[in-house]
Amino acid sequence: MTTFLRDSGIVFRRQIRMNLRNPAWVIIGMLQPVLYLLLFGPLLEPVISQLGGNKYTWFVPGMLVQLGIFGAFFAGFSLIGEWREGVIEAERVTPASRAALLFGRLYRDLLQLFVQAVILVGLGLALGMDFNAAGIVLGVVLTILLGGACAAASNAFALTVKSEDVMAPVINLVMMPVLLLSGILLPMSFGAAWLDNLANFMPIRHVVDAVRGAFFGDYDLGTIGWGVGWTVALFGLAVWWGVSVFRKENA
Amino acid sequence: MITARGLVQTFHTGQGRKKTAVQAVNGIDLDVAEGEVVGFLGPNGAGKTTTLRMLTTLLKPTAGTATVAGYDVATQAVDVRRSIGYCSQVGSTFSGAYAGDEVVDHGMLYGMSRKDAVAQGQALFERLQLDGLWRRMPKNMSGGQKRRLDIAMGLIHSPSLVFLDEPTTGLDPQARANLWEHIADLRTSQGATVFLTTHYLDEADALADRIVIIDRGDIVASDTADNLKAQVAGDLVALEVGSDEQVPVARDRLSAVAETVEVEGRQVRGRVSRAGKVVPGLLRDLEAAGVSLESIEIARPTLDDVFLTLTGRTLRDAEADVPTTEGAEL
Repeated sequence: MTTFLRDSGIVFRRQIRMNLRNPAWVIIGMLQPVLYLLLFGPLLEPVISQLGGNKYTWFVPGMLVQLGIFGAFFAGFSLIGEWREGVIEAERVTPASRAALLFGRLYRDLLQLFVQAVILVGLGLALGMDFNAAGIVLGVVLTILLGGACAAASNAFALTVKSEDVMAPVINLVMMPVLLLSGILLPMSFGAAWLDNLANFMPIRHVVDAVRGAFFGDYDLGTIGWGVGWTVALFGLAVWWGVSVFRKENA
Repeated sequence: MITARGLVQTFHTGQGRKKTAVQAVNGIDLDVAEGEVVGFLGPNGAGKTTTLRMLTTLLKPTAGTATVAGYDVATQAVDVRRSIGYCSQVGSTFSGAYAGDEVVDHGMLYGMSRKDAVAQGQALFERLQLDGLWRRMPKNMSGGQKRRLDIAMGLIHSPSLVFLDEPTTGLDPQARANLWEHIADLRTSQGATVFLTTHYLDEADALADRIVIIDRGDIVASDTADNLKAQVAGDLVALEVGSDEQVPVARDRLSAVAETVEVEGRQVRGRVSRAGKVVPGLLRDLEAAGVSLESIEIARPTLDDVFLTLTGRTLRDAEADVPTTEGAEL
């Protein structure tokens, strides 16, 4: 375990160093939640007013999950660059565990997501979002786990296809139904019954509902249970896939 | 240091009904002694890199066994990795990172402390003539500097066995010659065993104590360069005579010491077992017979001649007709 933490820490530090050397992406990453909140949030006001409650308490959890998913989905692109330059092979020939090679990269994505979440929540609170400490913590933890799942899956997929040309359309293909059926922008219950029923088959919808419920302080066991269950399951599956691909002989 | 028995690697290409198995390595046996520099020579697609990837634990053998530095590649992969250094043909550093940081991080993944990795890295930079490049990014380095940086990455943890995969591919002649000096120095200054793959005949000739030739997944020869060349029927002696009338005389005289003699215009060529010993007598015979020579050329056999003798193809021809396993699945 000590070796795993040490090795994943070395990989993490290297990744962070490379990110900071390219500050444009760091700044864009930090600006994203601010722009969403300031420029997109007011658009929802008329719709949210029909549901009741604070508009930012409705909106911030959805944005949080969206950041967690969509930012992390692109994590694999940088991995393809590293693979192409022989970095992955060089790391795989060291005694470091394959899980450490993946987790070092996940820490970087999750740190970035955590900072974005803090900015988003902080700004939301400044704009009048309801304050519910336990709910906010639970929501951020679920988002980070979901982001970890997406980043692990993105890394696994990247190392499988090894091509940005394949990766980009597949990510778009996956993101579109996730965006439309998970209730990120508006709660699915707000739409037609058939759409609401269809969205039940989208695991991310349950995570969004759980995060939104937690932010409102509504700890309904069913909603939170489904959300936590799906988050943990997706995280476990994606990490297993990621480690398997790093372990695979021809990675 | 390396022992392999019946090592096999099979890839699969295509999908569904079109899925076919391609045997990249066909059950090879290999032995490398401690301190040896072995050149693993073959055309592109012959199985060199696949063999090397199996020996470095990057690829699990389909069949057969191999021990590297005393550890089994299949069951003791982590111990093998601790004992070896590896320089891939595609490089090992990120182009946008500082060279020194890359080397130190790599050393730390081998369990070295930061302090030790920095000290060892800086010593290697000095030895590999990378002084002053610690804070430079690989994207701003020359091809030769990048390859030397890759070697520094492979040596950071002072391994006793170093694998170099086509270390000079893509370098200009001057950079190649410079890198050869550093590779030769690995044994002399570090006592390392070196296993290098190459498709350059002159590289294998210049660097290796022993050359192992692989073709289409099979090892076809394993010996010193001199012994391999001796398997070819001697040195080539090419005479150019002064007139057409002298050609038959020259052919007869050369036939007395050479096995097969060919005539082309006024050129008479044949292979003799030891040119240095035979040619002075041949020249005296030709002079006594009144043959005047316009020129004489003596060529030692090359490894390309060896490859031609062993496989019936030149290395260049072999590279043109090998099947590719690109995109293949394990």
